[in-house]
Amino acid sequence: MYSQSLNQQVADTTGPDDAAAAARFQTRIDAEERIEPNDWMPAAYRRTLVRQISQHAHSEIVGMLPEGNWITRAPSLRRKAALIAKVQDECGHGMYLYAAAETLGVTREQLVDELLSGKAKYSSIFNYPTLTWADIGAIGWLVDGAAIMNQIPLCRCSYGPYSRAMIRVCKEESFHQRQGYEIMLTLARGTAAQKAMAQDALNRWWWPCLMMFGPPDAQSQHSDASTRWKIKRFSNDALRQKFVDATVPQAHFLGLTLPDPALRFNEATAHWEFGEIDWTEFKQVLAGNGPCNRDRMAARRAAHANGEWVRNAALAYAAKERARAAAGAA
Amino acid sequence: MYTGSITVAETPLLRYVLGRADDALVLGHRLSEWCGHGPMLEEDMALSNMALDLIGQARALYTYAGEVEGAGRDEDAYAYLRDVTGYANVLLVEQPNGDFARTIVRQLLFSAFIDPYWRALMASTDQTLAAIAAKAEKESAYHLRHASEWTIRLGDGTAESHARAQQALDELWPFTGELFTVSAAERGLVDAGIAIDPEALRAGWHAIVARVAGRATLTLPADGWMQRGGREGRHSEHLGHLLSDLQYLQRAFPGARW
Ligand SMILES: [Fe+2]
Ligand SMILES: [Fe+2]
Ligand SMILES: [Fe+2]
Repeated sequence: MYSQSLNQQVADTTGPDDAAAAARFQTRIDAEERIEPNDWMPAAYRRTLVRQISQHAHSEIVGMLPEGNWITRAPSLRRKAALIAKVQDECGHGMYLYAAAETLGVTREQLVDELLSGKAKYSSIFNYPTLTWADIGAIGWLVDGAAIMNQIPLCRCSYGPYSRAMIRVCKEESFHQRQGYEIMLTLARGTAAQKAMAQDALNRWWWPCLMMFGPPDAQSQHSDASTRWKIKRFSNDALRQKFVDATVPQAHFLGLTLPDPALRFNEATAHWEFGEIDWTEFKQVLAGNGPCNRDRMAARRAAHANGEWVRNAALAYAAKERARAAAGAA
Repeated sequence: MYTGSITVAETPLLRYVLGRADDALVLGHRLSEWCGHGPMLEEDMALSNMALDLIGQARALYTYAGEVEGAGRDEDAYAYLRDVTGYANVLLVEQPNGDFARTIVRQLLFSAFIDPYWRALMASTDQTLAAIAAKAEKESAYHLRHASEWTIRLGDGTAESHARAQQALDELWPFTGELFTVSAAERGLVDAGIAIDPEALRAGWHAIVARVAGRATLTLPADGWMQRGGREGRHSEHLGHLLSDLQYLQRAFPGARW
């Protein structure tokens, strides 16, 4: 999902001396207690959370770019204002998440440097281009929709600051999803050209959205630790299925066709079965070869580099103000 | 059904309301261009907030323009279907963002004018304009504070930020004279107590800008030749490009609802 590349084992370096503390920690987790920043926690739990929360934060920030691409071209003043507000919400999500990661002893600057150096990852979905206005509808409906599937369980995540950030974020994401769906509905009920635009956007975004949930359970080396620590509560495939089951009827209501000839409803299981996901594409996008990886990173690096003199000015001014205050007090 | 560009009846009140709406929309659009590209996340948030305020003001004013004109046009007809020569914003707000210093100084020069302007317009004999002004004044007060704080930080920050802020002030200064112009048609509205005379705000505007520039260790440029023409639809080349982005979908799909 927003932390797809997390499906790897994190080495647990807990020493034997910590065994008792680790046992007490696990007892608290099992009792559904929230772990707070000053509580003892295994080093691997801390590292896993820093990685997951920072990847989520980076995804929110990089995710501003594909939608920001349509702010200046939004088709009405109402849509323009709603889109600015949405992209601004994503920026706010990035900020709460960096703040949640900072409670674990890292700084936003360090995390941002890891993103800009290419060391840290963000969600694969933001490496696809927004070509038409319908993509703004499709992203709200599908991308925010997939994010919600993943993030609702995170509202009960064992780490207090992350779970609280997710509660706030999820409220806004569900608003984004409704807004995106409403854009799609307007297009689907509009002119033939608008309906074709909506169908084309669905065709392009559907499979990348299914990839947002990460590799299939059979292939993922997903750490059992995340499950034991109640960071992750559902498997990738379970969340993906939930998303498909929720979304297919919504597409039908729009009168749009999902780009999957294998899609069929299984009466016995009451689930929508879907075709094979192109995992080669997914791996290529994660490896940096998606259609927009280079553009996204270039845009974030440019913003950071062009902002450096501004940040330096703010620091220099604050230092002068402190010096003036000290001189005034003396 | 929209089929192409519209031409609006040039009554004084309509022209006046559209000019104020265009100022807000064009500046809001410019600020929204920063979204996702700001020098820090806090500024992505702040510049987007200001863009939202300004676009909200534009919407209220365009909606009122629709009532004034009485031709059944909504806010989007004015924003999306007038050509560049039909826009009546001042040249200052259409100037490109440039670097962050340019954006901030443009905001300072405009906000230092428009905040007292809205406050004065709250006494308009036109109840709708008075109500729009009352809401806009709260927003522009925040914009002025934000732009002042950043101008001071940049001017009194590093040598580089000082030079950039001074250059922005020098290059934007010739666009400030137009803020105080009043057309013959607008003069009638001033006399009727509907609009206010911006000339009465000039000394106050200068005092605000001079105070901020002083704290920012910036030098106010001398008043030389002032550029004008935006209010009469004679714009810089920049506005046409802004409108070709803004209006693209409405122009490409005439009559479609979004
Ligand atoms: Fe978000
Ligand atoms: Fe999110
Ligand atoms: Fe969202």
